[in-house]
This record gives sequence, C-alpha cells and structure tokens, in this order.
Amino acid sequence: MREHYDVLVVGAGPAGLAAAQAAASRGARVGLLDAQPRAGGQVWRHDVRLPAPRAARRAIDKLQGVEVLVRHSVVAAEPTALRVETPQDSRLLSFGALVLATGARELLLPFPGWTLPGVTGAGGLQALAKQGWPVAGKRVVIAGSGPLLLAAADTLRKHGAQVLGIFEQASADAVRSFAWQLRQWPARAWQAAGLRLRLAGVPYRFGSFVREAVGDDAVRGVEIETPRGVQHVECDLLAAGYGLVPNTELASLLGCALDDADTHPRVQVDSLLRTSVANVHAAGESCGIGGLAVARIEGAMAGLMAIGDTAAASAWMPQRDRERRFDALLARHFTLDPRLRTLADDQTPVCRCEDVRLGALAGFGDARAAKLATRCGMGACQGRICGAALAELGRFPRGAARPPVFPARLATLAGLATLPSDAYRGS
Amino acid sequence: MNGTAATFDLIVVGAGIVGASCADAASAEGMRVAIVEPGPIGGGATAAAMGHLVAMDDDPAELALAHYSLRLWEAFVDLKEAEFSRCGTLWVARNDNELAAAGQRIARLGAAGIDARLVDAAALYELEPELVPGLAGGMLVPREAVVYPPRVANHLVQRAQSRGARLYAGRRAQSLQRGGVLLDDGTRLSGPVLVATGCALPALLPMLPMRARKGHLVITDRYPGLIRHQLLELGYADSAHGDADSSVAFNVQPRPTGQILIGSSREFHANDAGVSPSMVQRMLERSFTFVPRLRELQALRIWTGFRPTTPDGRPYLGAVPGAVDQWVAAGHEGLGVTTAPGSAKLMLDLIQGRRAAIDPAPYSPQRMAA
Repeated sequence: MREHYDVLVVGAGPAGLAAAQAAASRGARVGLLDAQPRAGGQVWRHDVRLPAPRAARRAIDKLQGVEVLVRHSVVAAEPTALRVETPQDSRLLSFGALVLATGARELLLPFPGWTLPGVTGAGGLQALAKQGWPVAGKRVVIAGSGPLLLAAADTLRKHGAQVLGIFEQASADAVRSFAWQLRQWPARAWQAAGLRLRLAGVPYRFGSFVREAVGDDAVRGVEIETPRGVQHVECDLLAAGYGLVPNTELASLLGCALDDADTHPRVQVDSLLRTSVANVHAAGESCGIGGLAVARIEGAMAGLMAIGDTAAASAWMPQRDRERRFDALLARHFTLDPRLRTLADDQTPVCRCEDVRLGALAGFGDARAAKLATRCGMGACQGRICGAALAELGRFPRGAARPPVFPARLATLAGLATLPSDAYRGS
Repeated sequence: MNGTAATFDLIVVGAGIVGASCADAASAEGMRVAIVEPGPIGGGATAAAMGHLVAMDDDPAELALAHYSLRLWEAFVDLKEAEFSRCGTLWVARNDNELAAAGQRIARLGAAGIDARLVDAAALYELEPELVPGLAGGMLVPREAVVYPPRVANHLVQRAQSRGARLYAGRRAQSLQRGGVLLDDGTRLSGPVLVATGCALPALLPMLPMRARKGHLVITDRYPGLIRHQLLELGYADSAHGDADSSVAFNVQPRPTGQILIGSSREFHANDAGVSPSMVQRMLERSFTFVPRLRELQALRIWTGFRPTTPDGRPYLGAVPGAVDQWVAAGHEGLGVTTAPGSAKLMLDLIQGRRAAIDPAPYSPQRMAA
C-alpha cells in the first residue's frame, strides 16, 4: 500500500503541528505522523485528567486539511518514502517534501541505583502521570537539570504527588542569572514566573544532585549532594533528568548531515531549515534544544518551505533567530557539573537493556568496538539511552543509526521493498 | 618510530576471526607475533557473521577443513566469551526429494566422522513446533553449535598478547615489503608476514582474486525457546554455493540470549554497506514460508556484512605465490568462523614446515598462479 503526500511531517509536537498547518494552508495534501495515540508530542502530551493548555488545544483542534496519522511509527527511510508501521499493518508513504519534527528525548545519566524500580526520568515520570499512571500520594524527589524539572513538578503535583523537592545541579548563581536574562523573552519569563508561583512551598535547591538512589527491590530514598553536604531523603519515586538530547536517528537514516560540534548531535539546517538532503526540512528540538517557542516558529517556517513558499518562511527569520538565542542561554546556565560524570562506578549498569556495567567498557575507544565486545547498546532502546549517557560521560560518541528506526514487526520490514523495478515477490 | 624496524617471527595482518586464530596459534608455539588491525578486533565479516559452526559437505576439501576445525572448537565450549551454545543444526526438507538427498548428505557427513541423523516429519515438529505444517522431515546434526565471533576474536588476540604478542591497533598495513610490512604511520615491521585481511586482501595481494559477497541479517527481540536449533533449508547450498548475482535462503538461529537471528542473503556487485529493502524483504519472506510465526516478532536491528569470496569458493591458505616469507589466510566466504581454528593450525604447520593434519593442497593460493 503506497500513499502519496505532498508534505509529510514526522512528529506531532508543537513543531510538527505548526508545520502541518502551515503546509496545509495552501491546499497541499499533508500527512502528520506520530507514533503516539494522540497529537501533542512530549510537551503537549494528552493528559487523561487535566485539560490541555490553550495553545495546545488551538494547535491540535484547529488543524485543517491535515491528515493526522497517529499510531504511525516510522520504521525505515528511503529517498522519497517512509515505511510506517501501524498497530494493524505497514504502509509506505511517499512524499514530495518532508518535515522532520522528531523533537528530543531526555538525557539520563547513570549513578548507583539509577535502574531501581521507582527511578525514572523527570519528563518520563511527567509523561507517565499524564497517561494515568498513579502518582497520587507518592513522595517524589525531582532531580537533574533545566526548566523541565519545574514543569514535571507542576504536573506531578496536579496529579496528587507530594513533591519533596526539586534538586537542580546548576548553581544558585547560574539559575539566578538565567532567570534575570529570561526577561529578554517576556513570554518565557511570564511562564516561568507562573510555574514558580504554582510551586510555591516546594523546595527548589541549587548546586544539588542525586549521587545515589538506595533501596532493595525499589527506590526507598536518595543521597543528595548539596553545597552543604550530603542529605538523605526518603522517597517513593525519583524522577531524574539532565536536560534533552535531539532525536536525530531518522534524519541520519535519510542521509541528512548532523552537526556534531557538541556532545549530542543535532540535525544540521540552514537559515531556512533545509537539511543537507533536498526536500527534507527539520524544525524544533531535533535541530537543537530551544524549547516550545522556537519549535512553533520553526515548524511554521519548515511547513512553508515544504510547499515552496520561501518568502513567507523568510518572514519568520528575525523572530526565529531571536528565539534561537535562547538555546545558548539555556546551555550555558545549565552546563552539567563535571562531578555528575563520576557518579557511576564500575558496577553501575550503563546499558540497562543488556545489563552492561560501566566497568565492562574500560579500554574501548568507540561505540562499535564496545558494542561488539560487551553488547552495550544492542538492546531494544537501540542505544538511545546508554549512547547519549556514554557520550555525556566522555567515553565515546554515539554509534551511527541503523534501521529500523524503532523496533518493528518483521512483517513490516518484509514490506520494505518499493521499487517498481523490483519484480521479485517472494517464493 | 620512523625508520626503525621491530622484528617478529610472524606479523599477522588483520584481526578478524582468522587472523586472531593465527596469531593465537603462533603465540602458543612461542613465536614473537605482531598483529596489525586498523579497526575494532573482529570488526569486519567476523562481527557481521551469524557464528554458526557448521560442516558443509558439498566439497570434500571444505568438509575436511570444517571437520578438523569443529573438533578444535570443542576447546571453546566453556569459554564465557565464546557464548558457545550447542543448539545443533536442523536442515529442513520441504518434500520427499529433498529428504532423499538428505540421506546422501548424512552418508557423506558420517564418512567424515560427523554425526548426522535423518528426521521424519513427526520428529521434525517435535524438535521445532513452529515450523510450517507440511514439511517432509529433515536432517539433524546434533553436535553443531553457535558462538559469538567478535568476542572470540577479542579473546584470541588478548590471549596472544598475554604471551607477548604485540598489537598494532588502529594501524593499517600499507604495503608488503621484502622481509616485512610498512604501516601507515611509517613504522616498519620485519619478519614473515601472514595476510588475513578478508575482503581487503586485494589491497595487499592484488594477484589473488577476491570478491565481496554482501549479506543481510536481522535480529529480533528476545523470544526464548521459540526456536531451538539453527534451522536451514536443505536447498541452502544452492544459494550459498551458486553463483547467482543475488539469492536468499532460510537460515534462522536461536541466540543464547533468546533473540532470533534471521538470514541469509547473498549478493555480488553490491558494494554499498547500506541495508537493501528489497533483499531484506526477500530474505524475510523466505523465512516466513518456513516459520510463519516470525512475522509477528519484533526486529531490533538489521545489518549487512561482506563475505570474502574466492573464485572457487575455497579459502587461500598457504604461501603467497612467487613471494618469500609471505603467507595468506583469507577468502573463507561464509565459513570463516567455522574453519578459523583449523585454518590457523594448517597455516602454522605450513609456516613451520611440518606435515599438516589435513591435506593443504586444495587451499593452496598457487592454484591462482596457474
């Protein structure tokens, strides 16, 4: 089954929604793909109990002329088509232009006890709560780095969790300076102030990080390194996230150049969001972590570029550039404390899919050699978690992406062939 | 280091499973060994391989080398790094003709000392309940096994190093010279050279023809017990030893992890390492015709690799024609893992001027000089 779209957008978060809407506004046939059951992405993930933010409702409900293809997981990429898996079958979607709005994922770092049940990412626990996983009455420690910790705390509180504290590894000076500079982006400053107000009464500690999660069959407490010494906190859940990492796997399989100047690669785009591959555009967090505002603007730009309206896309450039300056501010103020890279010891699991401990990786200089010898990164997450963590730890950069983009049914892969010249149809 | 020359009794170029085995065998004899490898140890065909230890009987020479090697593999049964799993090989017959042919194969394997048994349809489904109904039976080779080749290669290199072998990691052998080899950083190593560079052989020994035969493999998530034996179709040899530009065959392996490794495909003239959707489709469809349940399983990864293939399908094992103190062990195609230990023993016997345990003549590179 092969369907053709003038524009295909991968990822129905804020960037993808804006891209799809912009592309559809001039009559193009637009498909918006997402592996999740609802549009919204991570930041606007559907909450089973709480109403969506107004901006999210507007972006999702007012989509016009867009075919929203949820539960469509992209499995493999070809020059002008994507192989997609749905719960029922597999489809081949060909495109005239493609917009990658694949967003970002959380950076998890290994520390003793990080694989205990009850330990998740900060955004991870936020997503679980939104999906209805019960957190009411649970004592939660939130730790890690970046503004996402506050958003997670807010959601968890709304779902009835008792947030014991937010432990930000950046120093108090860094966070204060960040807050001061935020005034250049009034909307963000306003949003942050609102969050802080709602979280009044929740301790927000700086220069503090979890050095160990303790417990036998589940987390029972955490050891927190603070500027005033080690503090022990009893808790039921630990939500620890160290910021975000761009999702670049699909871009990489499409042959798009990645910018790997920093620890974690991002999709390389020009000022009009064109990737190195013709007719493939990228928008939002996959091009660098900048937050919601950037994602929405870039989404609109990329959608316009995808239908060839360079002039309309260019009109967004000043606003986009202004918002993108936030990236550097974020990165500078939430730089990870080097001590975070030394928490894991030889016995700490680093690849949880294959239960590989950090000590097993001694002496390996690249991801492939380490994988071949230890299985590190061979599991179902395809190295997404351990790969980013090991890059952050300064061990070695992530290995190259491989098909399938996500684990997929063999039947789906068996439907990969597309070329009409390929006459063979099995035995 | 420039201009200086370290001296060795044997310089092994290439640390795939074959080179690593040769270095291990040489160091075990007390030789001063150098190993030159530009990439990860066992990072070429060794890493891409299925790691199936199997005797193919359609060429007597190949069978002799495989049988010799399979006995040597018994030394690795308890080695953790080998992940040795004696799952046996079950060759599947679709019809009575194939089953009859299996009888001849059993006789040939038996003559070589390899236990192989005919399996009727009822016994076949007892052994592998997931096989598609309607098959005629098969041939079980119970002592065959699977291993994890790159870790074995790593182990062999480390064992050689523990006996004093010197590993030139990240270094490429740029050229063979009289009495030694020149590395890409200008280092000269002197001593007899053994080239075990697989598909890369022509870069150093262009007179020995070698083609790369591409293959695809797919690995699944964990489904322990779903498949119990390495399963192949009895028609496999037609794909493996035919000369078609591209072919696929049913070849499915239970990993000790519970994962299922699915092959196999063969392609000449495909030099790009990228995954070919059409080959993956053909290969998977072939596997579904034998084990329909596979359709539902989750695939984690697909990869490709290149088998070093000589014109007659036999490896080059012996002295480089017309050269002094130059040896070659390369071109094992799809059987390099199985036959690496025997190849290494044979090479050491030749290098040391001893009588080899099996006749080396069929593998002599001299056959290409004629």
